[in-house]
Amino acid sequence: MLEKNYFELLGLPVAFVIDPTLLDQNYRNLQSEVHPDRFAAAPAADRLRSIQVATQVNEAYQTLKSPIARGRYLLQLNGVDTQEETNTAMPAAFLMQQMEWREAIEDASAARDISALDQLLKELRQAAKTLEAELQNSLDQQHDFAKAAEAVRKLRFLDKVRDEIEHAIEALEGNL
Amino acid sequence: MALLQIAEPGQSAAPHQHKLAVGIDLGTTNSLVATVRSGMSVVLHDDKGRALLPSVVHYLADGSTDVGYEAQAQQSRDPQNTIISAKRFMGRGVHDIPDLGHHPYRFVDSPGMLQLSTVAGPKSPVEVSAEILKTLKARAEKSLGGELTGAVITVPAYFDDAQRQATKDAAKLAGLHVLRLLNEPTAAAVAYGLDNGSEGIFVIYDLGGGTFDVSILRLSKGVFEVLATNGDSALGGDDFDRRVFCWILEQTKLPPIGPEDTRLLLTKAREAKEQLTDHDETRITCVLSTKQVIDLTLTHQAFAEATQYLVTKTLSPTRKALRDARIGIEDVQGVVMVGGATRMPQIQHAVAEFFGQEPLTNLDPDKVVALGAAIQANVLAGNKSENELLLLDVIPLSLGLETMGGLTERIIPRNATIPVARAQDFTTFKDGQTAMSIHVVQGERDLIADCRSLARFELRGIPPMAAGAARIRVTFQVDADGLLSVSARELASGVEANIVVKPSYGLSDDEIANMLQAGFSNAQDDKQARALAEARVEANRLLEAISAALTKDGDALLNAEERQSLEIQMAALRETANGIDHRAITASIDALNHASETFAARRMDASVKQALTGHTLNELSL
Repeated sequence: MLEKNYFELLGLPVAFVIDPTLLDQNYRNLQSEVHPDRFAAAPAADRLRSIQVATQVNEAYQTLKSPIARGRYLLQLNGVDTQEETNTAMPAAFLMQQMEWREAIEDASAARDISALDQLLKELRQAAKTLEAELQNSLDQQHDFAKAAEAVRKLRFLDKVRDEIEHAIEALEGNL
Repeated sequence: MALLQIAEPGQSAAPHQHKLAVGIDLGTTNSLVATVRSGMSVVLHDDKGRALLPSVVHYLADGSTDVGYEAQAQQSRDPQNTIISAKRFMGRGVHDIPDLGHHPYRFVDSPGMLQLSTVAGPKSPVEVSAEILKTLKARAEKSLGGELTGAVITVPAYFDDAQRQATKDAAKLAGLHVLRLLNEPTAAAVAYGLDNGSEGIFVIYDLGGGTFDVSILRLSKGVFEVLATNGDSALGGDDFDRRVFCWILEQTKLPPIGPEDTRLLLTKAREAKEQLTDHDETRITCVLSTKQVIDLTLTHQAFAEATQYLVTKTLSPTRKALRDARIGIEDVQGVVMVGGATRMPQIQHAVAEFFGQEPLTNLDPDKVVALGAAIQANVLAGNKSENELLLLDVIPLSLGLETMGGLTERIIPRNATIPVARAQDFTTFKDGQTAMSIHVVQGERDLIADCRSLARFELRGIPPMAAGAARIRVTFQVDADGLLSVSARELASGVEANIVVKPSYGLSDDEIANMLQAGFSNAQDDKQARALAEARVEANRLLEAISAALTKDGDALLNAEERQSLEIQMAALRETANGIDHRAITASIDALNHASETFAARRMDASVKQALTGHTLNELSL
């Protein structure tokens, strides 16, 4: 059972586009059956198996729930490494946008402007949505894995910017 | 507030099959024990009709103890031997405790966990907590008329691994079988959610005597999913007391005072705080041992000003939790207040203002945690046949490893749903290296020094190879109690490394064994007899569990030969358990566990199929 891929485990077709409601429902139904709470009074072998499977189910759910993780995983299933750590080559326009965002974060932090930072978060979410649509297209329609890997790498960049914005907001709220 | 459970016709358990299980709220200030009886979750009272047991233990020179109200009566007379709020010291070292002088105790800086020097010898917070648990166990067994199968014990959600392990160790010392360590906010959510049939996103704001937790949960059809949790395991009502204590010292400009007077003033400070819940001002009067008379008036305004910083301190983890859960204030359906300290008007105002809605206080904040724990205990012990309740909790703090240069490498992020596991590959850096040490910490900071050291795991038995040739996969597994275990395997050879755990703030197995031994002052209760009794209990538990599994699934999942083989193994254990060799019983238990692994795997596969097939059938019926 641990040999199934995450899509099979959670009862979804292997594709980037998923039905989020179905994912949630299947996850809850599965955990209802395999979670350690079901086996608290069971033999040790059952409890051990339960922890292994429930862990796997959690891992599968978290992976499929996140667009970037799901994309990365699909590429992995197809033998493609996204090279997020090693391949940092990006189109000039994309890098410019990154720089602009980072400058905007600095300016907003200096001005102690939390609403400006919130606005940046909104922009970032929008950009991420656009990239996710590209990722979906590359994977499900075009089957262009190189293009999909690039989309994943770009989403990773955006994740880092989002972390920085959230970090800046926390700093301004006096949480650090 | 009693909770009604209506069983489906034909599905209520036969009375003689009902397992006696309890929920225990081991609180900083007060502890409670509750159980589900006739379908209702109820708190059990002592023989004077009192629900709360003050978390106070008084040690006498002969080693005996007073626990609860009797101990509390001794606190002013004998402050150094009357331990209050031991929970604040669980899994902690002396240097973790700020303002040692504000406690009347004699602290002992011992490795692993601080100890308190008492007239009965040095006592670990684990031993103190065990006394409280023993009292509750006795109360429950008397009230329910039988031996307990097990208990769910609650812990603050923000408790780290050391604090959780200490709690489990205390239960072991008290002779309790722990079904689950349950996070207090989750327990409260269960009690509240089931009572009100609520659905949606709820925030549990839990301010107890010594700990603060804020948890964000999604409640939906019996599934309680924690989205994020945060808190401060060193912030609670006690800190408000201490602030009033400091205020008294500031107002009176007293010279340094001794332990009796410290305890006296702390008690007066707590009473003043409680008075100010319902009054605009209160008078603090007492006579110190130095004959000095204290007569002060504390207004609610002065109290609120003096303690405002503590209230603000609770909002920071609240914001963090909301951010981690990726929800806004507008998404929050309701805010549930838990813990005696939430009775303070300024806390209720601050929470109402922050969330833009009145907090929900219809359940008794002192009892709601125990009631929720009892509900889960009832399910885990196997009393409920319907799988209605599912608790999906999270790990509160990131787990990380120490890497080169004293940096933290995060391996499991905070708020990951448990159980969770991560694997990390390591290699050797010297030819022929057969061991390595891995330092695990908890916390969010980048430097190891700023995180909390959890334990050092020593891997031994790595096959000797050239430097860099070995590939050791270390798997970090966090279980449903939030506790970490580590396993390691060298990938090329498949050899499992032997792991020796050196907890940074815990008790070693030897220390616990010694405490268990010391707990029996009677010559009759010798080590052998106890080991035998425990081995028999475990054997019976296993035999019962496998019998139940065979009854349910044996025909479907095992062929005649496999079933007979398993039954032979069970008969062997029954036979050995009747004997007096506890080591032989343990060996037989291990053998039976091993023999039942295939059966367990098949049952799991069947469960998984059922989970997904069940859904598909529903879909088809639409």
